Amino acid sequence: MEKILVGLKRVVDYNVRVRVKSDGSGVETDGVKMSINPFDEIALEEALRIKERGEASEVVVVSVGGSEAQQQLRTGLAMGADRAILVVTESELDPLTGARVLMELVDREQPGLVLLGKQAIDNDNNQTGQMLAALWGRPQATFASEVVLNGDTAKVTREVDVGLESIDIDLPAVITADLRLNEPRYVKLPDIMKAKKKPLDEIQFAEMGVESAVPVANLQFEPPQQRAKGIMVDDVAGLVSALKDKGLL
Amino acid sequence: MSKILLIAEHDGATLNPSTAKCVACAAQISGAEIDVAVFAEEGAAVAAQAAELQSVSKVLQLDNPANANALAATLAPQVSALADGYSHVFGPSTTFGKDLMPRVAALLGVNQISDIMEVLGSHKFKRPIYAGNAIVTVEASPDLPVVATVRTASYQAIEAGNSAAVEAASPDADLPTHTRFLEIQAGKSDRPDLQTAAKVVSGGRALASAENFDLIFKLADALGAGAGASRAAVDAGYVPNEMQVGQTGKIIAPELYIAIGISGAIQHLTGIKDAGTIVAINKDEEAPIFEVADIGLVGDLFDIVPQLTEAVSSQ
Ligand SMILES: Cc1cc2nc3c(=O)[nH]c(=O)nc-3n(C[C@H](O)[C@H](O)[C@H](O)COP(=O)(O)OP(=O)(O)OC[C@H]3O[C@@H](n4cnc5c(N)ncnc54)[C@H](O)[C@@H]3O)c2cc1C
Repeated sequence: MEKILVGLKRVVDYNVRVRVKSDGSGVETDGVKMSINPFDEIALEEALRIKERGEASEVVVVSVGGSEAQQQLRTGLAMGADRAILVVTESELDPLTGARVLMELVDREQPGLVLLGKQAIDNDNNQTGQMLAALWGRPQATFASEVVLNGDTAKVTREVDVGLESIDIDLPAVITADLRLNEPRYVKLPDIMKAKKKPLDEIQFAEMGVESAVPVANLQFEPPQQRAKGIMVDDVAGLVSALKDKGLL
Repeated sequence: MSKILLIAEHDGATLNPSTAKCVACAAQISGAEIDVAVFAEEGAAVAAQAAELQSVSKVLQLDNPANANALAATLAPQVSALADGYSHVFGPSTTFGKDLMPRVAALLGVNQISDIMEVLGSHKFKRPIYAGNAIVTVEASPDLPVVATVRTASYQAIEAGNSAAVEAASPDADLPTHTRFLEIQAGKSDRPDLQTAAKVVSGGRALASAENFDLIFKLADALGAGAGASRAAVDAGYVPNEMQVGQTGKIIAPELYIAIGISGAIQHLTGIKDAGTIVAINKDEEAPIFEVADIGLVGDLFDIVPQLTEAVSSQ
């Protein structure tokens, strides 16, 4: 195929212990480390491997967000993507509007495959890929742990609750990456230098002609309930009697 | 008044317990009328099980050879056609519902509310974000259908004892042929299902091999428990993916959870927040798992677990 489109979202790094702001208006993001959503990084790695096997000729990374998301796109270019598109918005978009933006880019770019992460680890919504596939009227293969391309079709293994499911889909299609699809490569310094010369186009969201969906309103944020402090026991006998006390043995 | 269409999860013969949990969530919406839709090749047996659930008004049985396996691309157009006249469309936040419901939402032109953990009103809910590090109260527009998934670990299955009417239905929808089911490889296990087990024993990277995981299985069997694992243990190939507990694995709420050789990364903890009692066995007293454990034991699992299995067996 000619082209693979990969979505990269800028999110709070997975190692950060996120804290809710004391006024409940959101979570603290000031001075917090930001990264590519880990699932998106896996999606990009898969696209790069497909290209390296000679099954695609171009990998385009796209992000929807503030201009800071350039940083994540540059990382994507350093990993090996050929060019980047940033759709610039002031405020964070809801999943359906995000999917509509991707749909508009699909119309413009005509990719043979769109690879996304299965969920973003900030809002944990797990919606965008499925929504894009619906708007596009094309197959979706979510939670992918293996992708085998066969010309106009692909065989995708999906991680589901009972085990592994495989489906056969026509291309073009949307595939969303699960954790075990691959292990993303590390970016090397010379690649970071090279990435600076690769094209990164910015498009203003307002100029895309995409209709915004009605978002679900976030009214109030709160920290999760803390568990009561536990006890330490010294040995197996202590553990057994503690379990008995709770009626669990 | 709220009219809720709830999409049943099943394997063709048996209703998945996630459905009874979804009904429990939907029943929290006051005055709601709840219809359960069973999409199957031949869904009579599953529909009969759904009709037994309390609070269900009626069961819609949608038989079609194309529904033999749950493919989101095939089901979504049928669900969205059926959704006409309903104020809410609910599904479980299992891999089945997570795959299907956003596709339905997009066809209906709305955003989805993912992972409802608490109902505050017909259009107001609580849901976890950031791997459960924050809880957000969300409100959907009263003018649009609400499409949502239910975080099943937050609900107890609703009781049986009902006998709702079962009606055949066949929504008018064009079904695509671009997505074809090939096969499912289900892990074979005689142990209780991870998502419904009252007790679960999980092992982490510290088990260090597939053979050593026998220690976990033996303790699980002695307790009559299900067996789970951390991502690290699954990634290393010690056990299959369906055993993964956590943000991107299964979210579970057993009465007893025993974490063995698991450090307690936030992505793992989010899967066990609702457990009744958490026991941690770890050789590192600083391991974060001890911050959430109700009972902690510091030591080498290779000494402790065989002793514990023996002690439990002799009870
Ligand atoms: C996007 C994303 C999603 C993720 N989703 C999940 C998820 O769903 N579920 C999940 O589990 N993880 C998930 N992770 C991974 C998570 O961050 C951790 O890496 C993982 O949980 C660690 O597994 P572990 O505790 O088995 O291994 P480790 O962190 O290596 O911990 C091993 C523990 O074993 C102890 N130990 C070692 N030897 C012994 C011994 N002999 N006796 C007793 N104790 C011993 C050590 O002290 C240590 O605490 C995710 C990560 C990312 C980035």
